[in-house]
Amino acid sequence: MLDDTDRRILRQMQADPSASVATVAERAGLSHAPCWRRIARMERDGVIKGRRILIDQRKLGLEVQVFLRITLDKTARNAFDAFILEARKIPEVTAMQTLLGRVDIRMDVTARDLAHYQEIYRERIMALPHILDVESLMLVAELKNSEAVPV
Amino acid sequence: MIELDHTDHAILDALRSDGGMNAKQVGDVVGLSQPAAYRRIRRLEADGVITGRALIVDAAKLGYGVTVFLGVKLAARGRSAMADFERAVISIPEVQLVQQVIGVHDYRLRIVAQDLSDFERILRRRIMTLPGVGDVESNVLLSDE
Repeated sequence: MLDDTDRRILRQMQADPSASVATVAERAGLSHAPCWRRIARMERDGVIKGRRILIDQRKLGLEVQVFLRITLDKTARNAFDAFILEARKIPEVTAMQTLLGRVDIRMDVTARDLAHYQEIYRERIMALPHILDVESLMLVAELKNSEAVPV
Repeated sequence: MIELDHTDHAILDALRSDGGMNAKQVGDVVGLSQPAAYRRIRRLEADGVITGRALIVDAAKLGYGVTVFLGVKLAARGRSAMADFERAVISIPEVQLVQQVIGVHDYRLRIVAQDLSDFERILRRRIMTLPGVGDVESNVLLSDE
């Protein structure tokens, strides 16, 4: 279990993931060695799973990001499995989740430009099995993107 | 768009697979010395290709068992309505992701909650009270494929 000191350390690390152990220790109000030990323990226990770098896709020439919300024909047997198996083969699909709600699946599609997106959509997405309905949301701006949870 | 060579792409791939690697470890993977790898990583940061780093925690181990995607439509129109909504929504600690989109919704949010009743509390007390908020659609995450 985490105590208040662990939580203080986690808050500092979530707020500034690039900070050194020395900086985190100072901000959390404890000395270097115990801070290091607590971080190592949280990593060993899997509370801290690692670090992720954030990349600006547009700087890599990927201008278009579309979120598709897909309703599947659930009368078909194995509709989810068949759909997910095929969708995983599309390299431009960068994330996919199954949901409980009005839509069944959501996925992120990344493309160079609108013409490229149109091609992926027509040739690959519409060819996926058991689609009943597709809604598209196109990304305009990302205002917050964080893995942080309140601790 | 910024011109990146093969080595830059190799560095980005290495860091995508493990964002916690230091310059020495990245250099070992892509075949550069530590100072050369360090210089290239710094340049990718200065050019805005790498915009930052995030700590990945196990939300479930910290007591957050539920992730919900929300689609939000604004009821009020105009620039000040958007600005008021955006300022308020990004300051909610349970809201991890805020994206402005074009389509059936105006914004997409990702929210973490301890359980469904905690989510209901966040939805009722924090989301539905946001300035200018209109229709809200919730979809609970079942699994990441």
